[in-house]
Amino acid sequence: MMNWFQGLGRSSLLLFERTGRAALFQIRIFMGLPSLIRHPGLLVHELYSIGVLSLAIIVISGLTVGMVLGLQMYNTLIDFGSEDSLGPVVALSLVRELGPVLTALLFSGRAGSAVTAEIGLMKATDQLSVMEMMAVDPIKRVVAPRYLAGIISLPLLAAMFSAVGILGSYMVGVGLLGVDDGAFWSQMQDKVSFEGDIVNGVVKSCAFGMVASWIAVFEGYDAVPTTEGVSRATTRTVVHTAFAVLGLDFILTAIMFGDN
Amino acid sequence: METPDNNTLIRINDLHYSRGNRKILEGVNIEIPRGGITTIMGPSGCGKTTLLRLIGGQLKPQSGSLSVDGQIVQRLNNHDLYQLRKRMGMMFQSGALFTHLSVFENVAFPIREHTHLTEEMIRTLVLMKLEAVGLRGARDLYPAELSGGMSRRVALARAIALDPMLMMYDEPFTGQDPITVGVIMKLIRLLNDSLGMTTVIVSHDVQEVCAISDQLYMIADGKVAGEGNPEELQQTETESVYQFMHASPDGPVPFHYPAIPFEQDLLQDLEL
Repeated sequence: MMNWFQGLGRSSLLLFERTGRAALFQIRIFMGLPSLIRHPGLLVHELYSIGVLSLAIIVISGLTVGMVLGLQMYNTLIDFGSEDSLGPVVALSLVRELGPVLTALLFSGRAGSAVTAEIGLMKATDQLSVMEMMAVDPIKRVVAPRYLAGIISLPLLAAMFSAVGILGSYMVGVGLLGVDDGAFWSQMQDKVSFEGDIVNGVVKSCAFGMVASWIAVFEGYDAVPTTEGVSRATTRTVVHTAFAVLGLDFILTAIMFGDN
Repeated sequence: METPDNNTLIRINDLHYSRGNRKILEGVNIEIPRGGITTIMGPSGCGKTTLLRLIGGQLKPQSGSLSVDGQIVQRLNNHDLYQLRKRMGMMFQSGALFTHLSVFENVAFPIREHTHLTEEMIRTLVLMKLEAVGLRGARDLYPAELSGGMSRRVALARAIALDPMLMMYDEPFTGQDPITVGVIMKLIRLLNDSLGMTTVIVSHDVQEVCAISDQLYMIADGKVAGEGNPEELQQTETESVYQFMHASPDGPVPFHYPAIPFEQDLLQDLEL
């Protein structure tokens, strides 16, 4: 029993210590961000590898989620004779929740894990150390561009996910199941509020972008510099991002839509 | 800041460094003169690479002082430390080349980071450095396409890109074929003399370092166990130095890792 308590205490202390280290790391990244003004090319390169190269998985996932959502919602709505509401139902689901959350989870699996592995391997092969010895700060040169690229990319990818998802549900709902074309778009335009829904969705995806990028770069930088260490860090990135995004989503949803 | 000494570039006084509960260095005193090749030797895990990282300011000692060109490294702020590092070059055991950059871009990296030279001048400088290590023809290759020896030579070209006052080598000969070892030995001596640098090598390859070093320090049990020129150290009678210099399998560095007696261990297994 005593051992169990000791283990619990030790784990808690380690957790607090690691959280503190991650917070300090975040501050160091913020301090390194202005250096990107002198090296915009680094940011552009990372925007390409983190954002542009994630487009395929986001577009395909968005399309299939939208199509499935369209089909499921149609089957439910038709029972109440309100299949014309398919547009707003799908749009609200995607813009408020599914777009930001699923994009963040996919982003973490596709780009976050890659960032962690890349930084972790750079650490394991002394590339970060050699950079320090060349008087080049790896936080500014390696971490900051990836972090900022993640924050910029995620909201854009989430917007893309939602747009393609709506298109997918349109294809199924209007194209295959016979929902009225005009009703689909006009009801969506009527029911989806720019400030209440779209802006809140963008705020959510910005918050998820920050958290997902932070976890990805920290796990890479803090990885044990061995093959196993990098592998564990990559797994932690995906798992921790999923927990953080889902937890944060509940909090943000409660703040944004709790009093409706 | 100490007054810079004309003869001594690095002065280490009573340096202590521990990692967790494990004491790595316990009261090390070393003086490295300018312009020569000094080698720090010792068995694996004795803290040689740690010492290089302490000199480069990547680690901070628990006590003692370490000064490079009159500047006490552990007291420098980030800006001053980075200024000092611009005058240092380090070749890591693995080479540590940037895998996403070509050989040319690897060597150009520190020049691009720290100077505002034109592309034409950068090209000239990089080709000069690659010519010095004999790899001008490999400029377009990527690290994955290089042999171990070539990687180290590219790393060497990159480390001398800004003509440092101090060049540090971490195990430069480990795992290399005899031809590559010969090439690296020649390059270390040649670059040290022609560029007027000070060289610090960390190695456990006795034959090789004795052939090119002006001064040797031997570290054992976290302390300096012996020092002098290669001939002096070869003749030292101190047990740990003798064992290392003559490659004796047993001595102060035991063959066996510390353990309970073998018989007791076997009986314990039986009881289980």
